[in-house]
Amino acid sequence: MVSFKDLPEEELFLAGSTACQGCPSSLALRIAFKALGSNTILIVVASCTSVLQGSYPLSAIDLPLMNVAFATGGASASGVVAGIKALAKRGELEEEPTVLVWAGDGGTYDIGIQSLSGAAERGTDFIYVCYNNEMYSNTGTQRSGATPLGAWTTTTPGGKAQHRKDIAQIMIAHRIPYVATVSLAYPLDFYQKMQKAKSIKGTKYIEMLAPCPPGWKFPSSQMIEVSRMAVQSGMWLLYEHEDGETRFTGATKRMIEGKVKKKPVKDYLEIQGRFRQILASPEGQEAEDMLESEVSESIRRLQGWVPEYI
Amino acid sequence: MSHDEDSVGYMTSVSRPVKGCAGNTGEWRIFRPVKDDEKCNNCLLCWVFCPEASITKDTLEIDYQYCKGCGICEVECPTGAIVMVKEEKR
Repeated sequence: MVSFKDLPEEELFLAGSTACQGCPSSLALRIAFKALGSNTILIVVASCTSVLQGSYPLSAIDLPLMNVAFATGGASASGVVAGIKALAKRGELEEEPTVLVWAGDGGTYDIGIQSLSGAAERGTDFIYVCYNNEMYSNTGTQRSGATPLGAWTTTTPGGKAQHRKDIAQIMIAHRIPYVATVSLAYPLDFYQKMQKAKSIKGTKYIEMLAPCPPGWKFPSSQMIEVSRMAVQSGMWLLYEHEDGETRFTGATKRMIEGKVKKKPVKDYLEIQGRFRQILASPEGQEAEDMLESEVSESIRRLQGWVPEYI
Repeated sequence: MSHDEDSVGYMTSVSRPVKGCAGNTGEWRIFRPVKDDEKCNNCLLCWVFCPEASITKDTLEIDYQYCKGCGICEVECPTGAIVMVKEEKR
């Protein structure tokens, strides 16, 4: 069992970056780098991380890093991996580096899905991390394919009318060797899943819920608490998919097994400002019920439930 | 930025990693985390959850030059050893 004491002390994400107070991406990068080590090449898809990694001539990340356009996460990784293979063939590499793509939900769910899908289909050997803050936070909080039903964004002022899509399931459908979801409230689970992803060959997809304090409208000090509540209410399910099987992990496993009682979705909605409009409106109860049934439907689907179509 | 032979020779725009690439981000702080060593039980939670890498692992010291004062350490500390105190006028 890994404990906090086993986490390396070395920081590859350097203090004093341009990230907001309590930024989930900077914390996630810290933990991911601890798991992957310094022999890593980072590819940053256009997102907040393109900003917080620093502006020329300074960088906050002590790794080889490449900034790429929104739609090119998977394509860039394919190119870098091909380059590594060529160097390894010529005997110019002692140890092959890990290729890590770091993209937001906009660069994954909406704009980057075709290149990610292509790279996954080709079986490119890299880790793709989507830090999902459920909106386009970098450009001022517009709706994305990951925004949940009822959430306020600048383009859904009355609350989003549609459900979010489940991209981890789309990645599982690519038959890649490893898919996992993680939460910042459970850093050891995150650390171990990253280490596991590093040890597996092929395309690995990891998705993390990234509660964005200014975008979701809650105080920066509550960032971990909101992450934890998302898991405890079932709005974010922790699982990993390996060898054709899906397993719930950590806090979600305890919840499914009935060892811990599931908290109502309302507890999660009420600690954020982005659901204030919908909860105050006449449709508030309906949205809450729809999200609650979205949670139970997701759990049933992950348990292998096959919907009965008429 | 000095233009040494290397950077001119390659003509690339490579950034170099440095602490504080956004300046002394400690100046952003409105509340300052203050740690009570007697209450601290060295659980390392504040070190793990610090988004800014501003707490050292071995001594759990807070680097006030870069700490942005987000307050996560106060909320997550199980023994209440970290308290946020309003910054005084600089």
